[in-house]
Amino acid sequence: MALNRDFIGRTYRSSATYEVSRVKIREFAAAIGDNNPVYRDKEAARAAGHPDVVAPPTFPIVFSLHSSGEALADPDLGLNYAMVVHGEQRFEYRRPIYAGDELLTTATITDIRTAGRNELLTVRSEITTVEGEHVCTAYNTIVERGGAA
Amino acid sequence: MAATVRYDEVEVGQQIPAVDYRVRRLNLVMYAGASGDFNQIHWNERFAKTVGLPDVIAHGMYTMAQAGRFVTDWAGDPGAVVDFGVRFSAMVVVPDDDQGATVTVSGVIEEKLEDKRVVIGLTAKSGDAEVLSRARAVVQLA
Repeated sequence: MALNRDFIGRTYRSSATYEVSRVKIREFAAAIGDNNPVYRDKEAARAAGHPDVVAPPTFPIVFSLHSSGEALADPDLGLNYAMVVHGEQRFEYRRPIYAGDELLTTATITDIRTAGRNELLTVRSEITTVEGEHVCTAYNTIVERGGAA
Repeated sequence: MAATVRYDEVEVGQQIPAVDYRVRRLNLVMYAGASGDFNQIHWNERFAKTVGLPDVIAHGMYTMAQAGRFVTDWAGDPGAVVDFGVRFSAMVVVPDDDQGATVTVSGVIEEKLEDKRVVIGLTAKSGDAEVLSRARAVVQLA
């Protein structure tokens, strides 16, 4: 079933801040198999010139889709989650994410389009600190396989 | 925070040697937990087959994370990555055995930008399949 184009342009703000913890960064680094000490050890991170433990580049995926998740689950959109695979992902970083950051995400559905038999949906997420500092912009495109068939 | 690679010491066309990353079912279970992506296609073979997949497939973000690791290990600092994007062009099928799948990542310096930044073009293969396309990172060098 084709996705509902009325969702293009809709914006969703995170209802709560995401607090980046050293424990979560360590868990994520372990899950991707990366032993870099700046992901695990505050002293190693400081010795490398960082204020605290650093998050790996793909870490924002942990929280950046929370605010748009509700939209994707909305029956009016018509998305069959079982048929979803990841199409594209991009991050533009203004600075690294550190343990201790308190982050807010504003997500906008920027595009819904058909590609062959598939439906593609793109979300742009602006990630800022609670103080309003822009940290990262994430672009996420998901593919609903067979959605346009 | 600074990369350990110097801008003046890299040339356009320079290759970054390939690294193999192993993907086993255990990695996908850990990644599901850490990322919060519990889509069953990444851990439940029975479910994956009912939605037309050959077997369990890796999270695209797990593969992207390996490409990220390749870049940050080369640059010497995760904070040096200023832009990182990929398209997921093929699935990484992960069989339920001790070997799992292998993702091989390699890179080439595609462009030297201003402010000591470079564009790295990345290739990621699993078997004969290019599992990432248009994979690029912009890195701030020393």
